[in-house]
Amino acid sequence: MTLYQHNDTRALAIRLRKHALRMTSRAKSSHVGSAFSMADIIAVLYGGALNVDPARPEWDQRDRFILSKGHAGSCLYAALMERGFFSEEVLDTYYGNGSILSGHVSHKGVPGVEFSTGSLGHGLGVATGMALAGKMKGADHRVVCVLSDGECDEGSNWEAFLFAAHHKLDNLVAIIDYNKIQSLASVAETLALEPLADKLRAMNWAVSEVDGHDHAAMTALFGRLPLEVGRPSMIIAHTTKGKGVSFMEDTVLWHYRTAQGDEFEAAMAELDAIEIALTTDRSHNDA
Amino acid sequence: MRDAFIRALTELAAVDERIVLVTGDLGFGVLQDFAARFPNRYINAGVAEQNMTAIACGMALEGFQVYTYSIGNFPTLRCLEQIRNDVCYHDADVKIVSVGGGFSYGQLGMSHFATEDLAIMRALPNMIVVAPSDPWEAAELTRQVSARRGPTYLRLDKSAAGLPETSVTLGQSRKVRDGDDVCLIATGGIVEEAVRAADLLAENGISAAVHAVATVKPLDPALVAAAGAARAVVVVEEHTIIGGLGGAIAEACMSAGVAPKRFLRIGLDDIYPTVVGDQRYLRKVYELDAPAIARRTRELLGA
Repeated sequence: MTLYQHNDTRALAIRLRKHALRMTSRAKSSHVGSAFSMADIIAVLYGGALNVDPARPEWDQRDRFILSKGHAGSCLYAALMERGFFSEEVLDTYYGNGSILSGHVSHKGVPGVEFSTGSLGHGLGVATGMALAGKMKGADHRVVCVLSDGECDEGSNWEAFLFAAHHKLDNLVAIIDYNKIQSLASVAETLALEPLADKLRAMNWAVSEVDGHDHAAMTALFGRLPLEVGRPSMIIAHTTKGKGVSFMEDTVLWHYRTAQGDEFEAAMAELDAIEIALTTDRSHNDA
Repeated sequence: MRDAFIRALTELAAVDERIVLVTGDLGFGVLQDFAARFPNRYINAGVAEQNMTAIACGMALEGFQVYTYSIGNFPTLRCLEQIRNDVCYHDADVKIVSVGGGFSYGQLGMSHFATEDLAIMRALPNMIVVAPSDPWEAAELTRQVSARRGPTYLRLDKSAAGLPETSVTLGQSRKVRDGDDVCLIATGGIVEEAVRAADLLAENGISAAVHAVATVKPLDPALVAAAGAARAVVVVEEHTIIGGLGGAIAEACMSAGVAPKRFLRIGLDDIYPTVVGDQRYLRKVYELDAPAIARRTRELLGA
């Protein structure tokens, strides 16, 4: 089900970033850099790669999507709103007293959220169980899980890596948002993951590396899943933390910092400029 | 008790295709019949309890009823956050089965003593906590647990109270002995020691009632009434005295405005047991056996 051409998923990604910026700034909450990092991945998924239906959030044949890096929930909530699972008024309550939208992803009362996360290292194991259940039922849907690079520190993920490969779960797709920065320092300085692709290949996953901001490449990749029959698919998406706002990009600071005042205005201006450029680009292409 | 459990589960699985058993690489000589009969619904997750619990949760959310199986603290404390965030928060139909409550594996050392599990599992919202005292009770409660959707902790003891088979209902305690002077309340195989303590007390002219509590959570409200009517209440569990059955009874009594005149929790004091030995030996060492229960009850009564 393709709802957006790749140009449109790029526009969607910018809207997700603008929502996430508004949400986190108003809330004075963290993790805007984490949300920006994966905005393009989420836009490609919710822009068409995922088979979901906002009119039937619990439709049995939907693709299951779990955001294991639940701290980037602002971006997922924005995507669900953009896709029509709930209204923008709901999005505006994010982080507020009495809101259904908590800082980390929760499914309670939120249509379209498959699974609640927030503590890292939980999503992939549950996704693996869902994929195994899908195989047992002979179902056609996929189970897609987005992880952060930092959460690959959690041993529970490596248990799931072993299990999913052992059981040949080729209906399982894991995407690592590999922005190379975790909460206090770079991944390389904290607990080095490299050579990550080699490790995962050695664990019998089919692995593909992609530019996690290249919509055409990701759309093409998601269109030819599984990467290999009989193996779970691992997409290592190379990304830039804080992508889209120059002063946030590739910094540790914007894992926790929240944009206020001039910083908010400057960030929004940059995102607006990208959005306008995309629109111009598209009208040019259409003409 | 574990054999009774697995027999009951095998019978259930024969008629209920939702039932899946996931083991954390334990159950040698116990699970092979289930595995042979239902190869597609038997999964060895390997020595990986976090993932065992996570995949159980994922499968349960897809409509299966999944039993995780391991010994001691492995299926509970090792993967506590998966139980809390994944299973309980999502109210997933996962049944956690731990073989070896209390000192069941007494010779194996502290790592294998399940002596805080009742308190910790009891604290989790949506979780039901079940600790049978006899194999027949384990079998019957396995059937009742299966009939009820939602997270459950099933604590299986190596010892058995040896009480005659009768009816048992999830959520209800059983009064297994009448008595007027003191109310003994116990859970799991150690109910046997409470019953024998009642015999010893009778020799001293003290009449003790014994209540067997197979469902620790939700707690049977009838226990509060029984506690309120007794001159003294003694709770016995092969578990720390903090937060387990004794804690549950105390909380329920205080909340109901029932204040037993004398109240004693018999269990492990706030210590790590370091002595090695079989279950019966360790009960004696840590003063949880019938003579110790009787003596401490007499002291409580000033008799």
